[in-house]
Amino acid sequence: MTLPLYVQGAWFLGAALFIFGLKGMSSPASARKGIIIAGYGMLIAIAATFLIPGLQNLGLMALALAIGGAAAWISGQKVKMTDMPQMVAIYNGMGGGAAAAIAAIEFAKGDTHSLATTVLAVIGALIGAVSFTGSCVAWAKLQGVLKKAHRLPAQNAVNVLLALIAIGLGGTMVVQAPAQPELIFAFFAVALVLGIIVTLPIGGADMPVVISLFNAFTGLAVGFEGYVLGNPALIIAGIVVGAAGTLLTQLMAKAMNRPISNILFTPMVASGPGEAISGSMKELSALDAAAMMRYAGKVIIVPGYGMAVAHAQHKVWEMTSILEEAGVEVKFAIHPVAGRMPGHMNVLLAEAGVPYDKIFDLEEINGEFGQADVALIIGANDVVNPSARTDKASPIYGMPILDADKAQNVIVIKRGKGTGYSGVENALFYTDNCRMLYGDAQPMASEIIQHLKAMG
Amino acid sequence: MDGLLALYIFMLAAFTGYEIIAKVPVILHTPLMSGSNFVHGVVVVGAMIMLGSADTPVQQAIGFFAVALGAANAAGGYVVTERMLAMFKKKEG
Repeated sequence: MTLPLYVQGAWFLGAALFIFGLKGMSSPASARKGIIIAGYGMLIAIAATFLIPGLQNLGLMALALAIGGAAAWISGQKVKMTDMPQMVAIYNGMGGGAAAAIAAIEFAKGDTHSLATTVLAVIGALIGAVSFTGSCVAWAKLQGVLKKAHRLPAQNAVNVLLALIAIGLGGTMVVQAPAQPELIFAFFAVALVLGIIVTLPIGGADMPVVISLFNAFTGLAVGFEGYVLGNPALIIAGIVVGAAGTLLTQLMAKAMNRPISNILFTPMVASGPGEAISGSMKELSALDAAAMMRYAGKVIIVPGYGMAVAHAQHKVWEMTSILEEAGVEVKFAIHPVAGRMPGHMNVLLAEAGVPYDKIFDLEEINGEFGQADVALIIGANDVVNPSARTDKASPIYGMPILDADKAQNVIVIKRGKGTGYSGVENALFYTDNCRMLYGDAQPMASEIIQHLKAMG
Repeated sequence: MDGLLALYIFMLAAFTGYEIIAKVPVILHTPLMSGSNFVHGVVVVGAMIMLGSADTPVQQAIGFFAVALGAANAAGGYVVTERMLAMFKKKEG
């Protein structure tokens, strides 16, 4: 079917606006304009699709658009910034589901296609379906619906077996095309189950990498189904996202010091206690902490997910403002995997009103800890553990860390004496220049603020 | 579509995606993931085309499902990305 030029032209414009918009999103100053431009691209592409001559089921189509669009629009307006990762996961899963459903209809129609088209339809359907159920499981885990990681006995063997069955069924569909309904049904059933089984054993802290991976999957699935439909706009949008998502996944996995295969196939375990740590943890009062920072020249704050869980970011920003008025230079240092998504901490700080030019990532700030009088660590643990630099026996050895230990003084706000997500003792807490401030981040920050105000 | 031509599009799009992301500062990674998530919401267009040519009730049901999911992907992805990016401001912004 040849489409009218105005439809094709509108899709072309849409694809161009997507790329233009994504490009805009590469800098904080133009990022918001970028997403709005991409938004117009989407509206133009959808509006043009309605103008395709001979389109049936227009009423159903409008209804589906209204239901899906409105439900997501409202939930997206309501979601809290801390819950953003699971929201992105679920929207992404829906895209994967849509791509798989497109392939399902294509198979159900049973039209004859070229070999390449059928192969890509099958591959797109497989990764779309895996992304759909996998993202749903990821959502359930981060939302706390699913509490713990479920590992089957011989998990990896089951994963591989299921994947091979799915590929086998898909291959049969290519050979026997047009496939029988039973075969199509079996293929989708196995693919959907595969997504669930693969994602279930993955721990909550590894979820960001998984979400990013599924995001790339959905992109590829959309790109492949775009080929099946002969629609270059879908191909371009899908493949751009697929490539971008793959790169983003690699960056994240690198920041966590774990290869992607490792995250998918092995649970995180402490491989050993690591070197024995000498010294003791020394406590500090909020008053002393306030005084140390008030009379410091430069303070670097290292926020971790613990700060977000305690909803302390607003208080921390208030504290920062008071310190700045008193002439103290304050910067925020963000580890690439702080929060539950890369860059999640930046979003949480931005929500609290922290301007982005005060926020620095690892490479930018690590050289500055040496000149800082105080490094204030709030709810972060593994990302400041110097064992990652020195102790080859430590499970986190080699992970890039923030060099907070190089500051004159280190203050750690922490709920208790427990270890971080990796289960590793933090050597930093035992060093001579480190003081512990035990308590919830939010009341602690409030207490420090009171003392700071009293000091004038 | 011409297979070889599509292959060229695949290649160029993959490079474009790689290049765009490679330069993005870490502070934008979350909005960017969510923004790229929004962009693949364009799958809704494909879903509309399929529903538009669905003849049997089963195809219509799957098509309806596909359009609803695709629309949710696009709308949700847009809203959360825009909300996050609206918060990024410079000092005294």
